[in-house]
Amino acid sequence: MIDKRVASPAEAVADVRDGASVLIGGFGEAGSPIELIHALIDQGARDLTVISNNCGSGEVGLAALLKAKRVTKVVCSFPRTANSTVFPELYRSGFTELELVPQGTLAERIRAGGAGIPAFYTPTAVGTPLGEGKEQRHIGDRDCVLEHGIVADFALIKARVADPHGNLLYNKTARNFSPLMAMAGRTTIVQATRVVPAGDLDPEVIVTPGIFVDRVTCVADPAHESTLVAAGATYP
Amino acid sequence: MSRPSEHAPGWTRDEMARRVAVDIRDGSYVNLGIGIPELVAKYVPAGREFIYHTENGLLGMGPSPAEGHGDPELINAGKRQVTTVPGAAYFHQSDSFAMIRGGHLDLCVLGALQVAQHGDLANWSVGGPDAIPAVGGAMDLVAGVKSIFVITQHCTKTGEPKLVESCTYPLTGVGVVDRVYTDLAVIDVTPDGFRVIELAPGVELDFVRERTGAPLHAAERLTGV
Repeated sequence: MIDKRVASPAEAVADVRDGASVLIGGFGEAGSPIELIHALIDQGARDLTVISNNCGSGEVGLAALLKAKRVTKVVCSFPRTANSTVFPELYRSGFTELELVPQGTLAERIRAGGAGIPAFYTPTAVGTPLGEGKEQRHIGDRDCVLEHGIVADFALIKARVADPHGNLLYNKTARNFSPLMAMAGRTTIVQATRVVPAGDLDPEVIVTPGIFVDRVTCVADPAHESTLVAAGATYP
Repeated sequence: MSRPSEHAPGWTRDEMARRVAVDIRDGSYVNLGIGIPELVAKYVPAGREFIYHTENGLLGMGPSPAEGHGDPELINAGKRQVTTVPGAAYFHQSDSFAMIRGGHLDLCVLGALQVAQHGDLANWSVGGPDAIPAVGGAMDLVAGVKSIFVITQHCTKTGEPKLVESCTYPLTGVGVVDRVYTDLAVIDVTPDGFRVIELAPGVELDFVRERTGAPLHAAERLTGV
């Protein structure tokens, strides 16, 4: 019987080890799996490499994970956000390394990794500081740089609806990186607002097929980062 | 039209945005950058329909929601809450950047720190050891979207030209800008460099030349004079 449900976020992230690479879904607060991130803070793994579009805001969720000094490298397109003070401090002090990647290249690197494509050529960033030092090739009528696929030990993502097979639907623009990260995580962990019985989801509308998902935990009333930040919340 | 003497000559930000909108063809798929470019959405000319793309995963973006009616998971690339229009679609980042990189979007309107005379754009970082670099989708947009318009003040707040011979800030893309809309003029990027095609009301060509850091050609039939 396939049943990927686990009882809690804590159980879902229990085996994340020191030094692991972790894909974390979300664009800004939309799609950020805050409860899974908080469970990871409680769990205690350190020296993590986090691949995520942003670096969080305030001192909750992703920013709290950084603040707890668990992350020594971030792979990211836009670490500078309103109310983001945690990352700039860690970056300037040298504690957390930054690999800055154009957003579309980041998305495609994750997709490629999950799709078994080790590397690809793209015209994005040619002639810019982010293209420097990369293998370059003239293809068709354009210069391109070689970019490598990303596969990570874990992916933490948020969905609106899941079933026990791990089939997923998302909410609006909270979808963003999550379907790609589900493919690229060796172990993909989902927090879903609602978990329905297998067969309840129309196969025509499933966004992420369950084969890409390993664990599903229900978080029925997920917090919103902006609400927590406005309230001055911190974690832990 | 006369203006109060304390105002600098030229277009306001809203007038610049309105001027950009005039040049967008009916039915265009458009990505608007964060800041002044967002104002363009206020000035869709009568009888035209533009579809707005936001690279975090929405085609058919509508205006900001009424106070208290937003969804923190329905946002634009600037992370502000937005709405959808009838016919909108959500998609993941790989599809979103396939639209961008694959040349499916007709136009992108971006802000700029500097534009060089052959179309190089710098708009993501001022460089320097203390700056936190952040690029987002800007490099993908300029690499893939069919037309790139820049909307920007002609000079920085300290009066330095933003239109230059070559950029001193880190580049976003090489030879990517097609047209620049400033508070003083509309300027095409051509193989021969910058070429003014329209001046803002009351602005003289020499006034623009004095504030431009590269040679400035003028179209034979310059409008606005």
